[in-house]
Amino acid sequence: MSASPLSTTGPGTFPRGIHPPEAKELSASGKIEVLPTPKEVKIALLQHTGAPCEAIHKPRTEVEAGAMVGSSEAFVSAPVHSPIAGKTAKTCSVTLPNGRHVPAVPIKATGEQLEGDALFEEIFGGEWPTSGLERYSADEIRTATREAGIVGLGGAAFPTHVKFAVNPEKPIDTLLINGCECEPYLNADNRLMIEAPMPMISGTMLAARAIGAEQMVIAIEDNKPEAIAAARKAAEGSPVRIQPVKTKYPMGGEKQLIPAALGRIVPTGGLPLDVGVVVMNVGTATAVARAILRGKPLTHRVVSVSGRGIVSPKNILAPVGATYQELIDLADGLTPDAARVIAGGPMMGFALGELDTPITKGTSGIVVLTEAEVRERNETNCVRCGHCVDVCPLHLVPTRIALASRARNWDLAKRYHMMACMECGCCSYACPAGIPLVQLIRTGKASAPRA
Amino acid sequence: MSQELDTAPASDTDQAKAPRIVVAPSPHLSEGSFTTRRMMLDVLVALSPPVAVSIWVFGWYAVVQLGICVISCLVAEAAFIAWRGRAFTLGDGSAAVTGVILALSLPWSTPWYVGFIASFVAIGIGKVVFGGLGQNLFNPAMVGRAFVMICFPAALGAAAYVLPGSPLSIVTQATPLTALKQGLVESSDVLSLLIGNTNGSLGETSAIACLLGGLYLCLRRTASWEIPAGTILSVAVISGAGYLISGSSFLHPLHHILGGALLFGAFFIATDPVSSPLTVKGKWFFGLGLGAIVMLLRLASGYPEGLMFAVLLMNAVTPLINRFTIPDPVGGPVPQRN
Ligand code: SF4
Ligand code: SF4
Repeated sequence: MSASPLSTTGPGTFPRGIHPPEAKELSASGKIEVLPTPKEVKIALLQHTGAPCEAIHKPRTEVEAGAMVGSSEAFVSAPVHSPIAGKTAKTCSVTLPNGRHVPAVPIKATGEQLEGDALFEEIFGGEWPTSGLERYSADEIRTATREAGIVGLGGAAFPTHVKFAVNPEKPIDTLLINGCECEPYLNADNRLMIEAPMPMISGTMLAARAIGAEQMVIAIEDNKPEAIAAARKAAEGSPVRIQPVKTKYPMGGEKQLIPAALGRIVPTGGLPLDVGVVVMNVGTATAVARAILRGKPLTHRVVSVSGRGIVSPKNILAPVGATYQELIDLADGLTPDAARVIAGGPMMGFALGELDTPITKGTSGIVVLTEAEVRERNETNCVRCGHCVDVCPLHLVPTRIALASRARNWDLAKRYHMMACMECGCCSYACPAGIPLVQLIRTGKASAPRA
Repeated sequence: MSQELDTAPASDTDQAKAPRIVVAPSPHLSEGSFTTRRMMLDVLVALSPPVAVSIWVFGWYAVVQLGICVISCLVAEAAFIAWRGRAFTLGDGSAAVTGVILALSLPWSTPWYVGFIASFVAIGIGKVVFGGLGQNLFNPAMVGRAFVMICFPAALGAAAYVLPGSPLSIVTQATPLTALKQGLVESSDVLSLLIGNTNGSLGETSAIACLLGGLYLCLRRTASWEIPAGTILSVAVISGAGYLISGSSFLHPLHHILGGALLFGAFFIATDPVSSPLTVKGKWFFGLGLGAIVMLLRLASGYPEGLMFAVLLMNAVTPLINRFTIPDPVGGPVPQRN
């Protein structure tokens, strides 16, 4: 692929990758439903990549909906807010799906709460201007974004204001909004684009102001025609370009989406800003609009609850801090053959052991697979068929890296560029011998001596 | 790695039906239909056109040969498993594939014990001593074939193909490549090379049957198309260049591509994933190199055919090819950190 550093459009796809069954139909047409206010929410003090927050209030403090309950002095961090009116309790510990034990502030709901349609209206309704945004300076946007506790809602949960920090040596010319949602089953971003495209457009323009990007592109996989149509309509008359891209996993990965949508290649070990790009998720853009135009923090998000192990798959607008169990209950619970509950999508998400865990800002979905779908495969010898090589979107040789890692042969693993692996899981998905390639590579990346 | 726990069903009404939630690392999906076993079944399906032609041309001889080799390979695999006490998968179908390929690469007249020995060597030395399927360096069928070729030269030489006065009229002619080498080009016209009513090893006579099965394998992604493409390309270029320069009808490219074991080998033997390179670039090298060595052996050695040795040679350099074709990641190599 030829790619000039300043190219503005790409071929709409990237070489290799896989086409797992999309299974979007389970929840694609499910209008976003609002979770009834839980009796209690637990606000994890570390929901993002970066430094953890400290609880601000003493136990038994009355807080309003939207009040900040945790913050940190560190730059790479994001404050957390209460989604409900309530009373705080003593800090407890929760185990997040990634296995980390983090402190959390429990808040018991008290008094009047905004519920149902009124809550949906409050968050997404009303006017979202696409003009006159010049009155917000880049600094104001950055500060408000930080105050609102906005992090990447696509899953990685990287603090957004950090992405907004401009580096004069690496000017940004393009803001790329990621509406791919390439993981099977998930429809949270899809529904958000269909039901509330306006705040996404405003948020995109505001974020572009913060980073000084001239070009604004929203990339959407072509299996979401409704979202593409809604986004196009909302973007009419604005400088935002809607760019459909091919449906393929992992299109939503930055290193795939930037070449596909813009025709630029991010150097290995580098960041999108090395090629003048900042990538943000659609939900994040929406949250930025709400923070700047309405002064409201990030307290709720859309979560897809789907999979064949869920009785009634749905898309749910839920307060951060509600439990997985509560969301699953609203979707009428698990089927008897449910076998695995995943936070996020089935390709990169974490399997949950405990459903009484709070969702966080980065929870894009809850996918429940059935026994038949997760049946364990017997691992057999690598037959060197090269299928893992044929699907690796980064052009690695997964079998070599994985087997070198298993043998703890770090020199060999390095020769095969182990550290470049983005752990997308395509290789494991495709391997006919059932070798847990990405798991072996992940272990290798974690245990190889740094040099 | 996985840990289990019971979670109450949301409805809470039917405890007996509580789903069992199991934790495991991502990805949580796999292309379930695509397994090693399916690949081997694909190869067997793809081999059916050459098998059918071999039975049509050589009749009973082909049936017996196939039976001996397939059964011997299965028995050998079972015996070695029992002996080594290792659970190599008999069920993966690879021993049957080896048996069929081996049978199809032998002449019709091969004595039963030669097929039997070749099978045991193929499985034992070709595969098991390396540690089973996936660990072997060489294509097992070719190891067995080469072994008996060296031990029983008389039973497998050019004379083994021809029996003057046989009731099976096909085998009264020389094989096309031998004829070619002796300058008797017209003895096999291109049409019979395509259809397969010529003399030769059991499975190699019909170009159409090999193409049919081979294309199926490539379409199913069980075989990599780059290998046969490379092989055919390099044979075409080398013989074509020779033909244009010398004008010798011996070098007619069509005869070299369609005659002998070239297509059978390019599609069914060289594409054995275990003993061929992993990357696209490596596969091209492998294919092109294979074709070049085949031509070298056909032109410069005493043998009319060179495919078997060419495959073994290329197998031997495959680890080297793999080493020199490590692709750069998208975005370039990992930067060194100090
Ligand atoms: S896909 Fe699996 S069997 Fe095939 S080469 Fe890769 S690791 Fe080996
Ligand atoms: S997990 Fe790593 S090695 Fe496997 S396909 Fe993805 S990038 Fe390639």
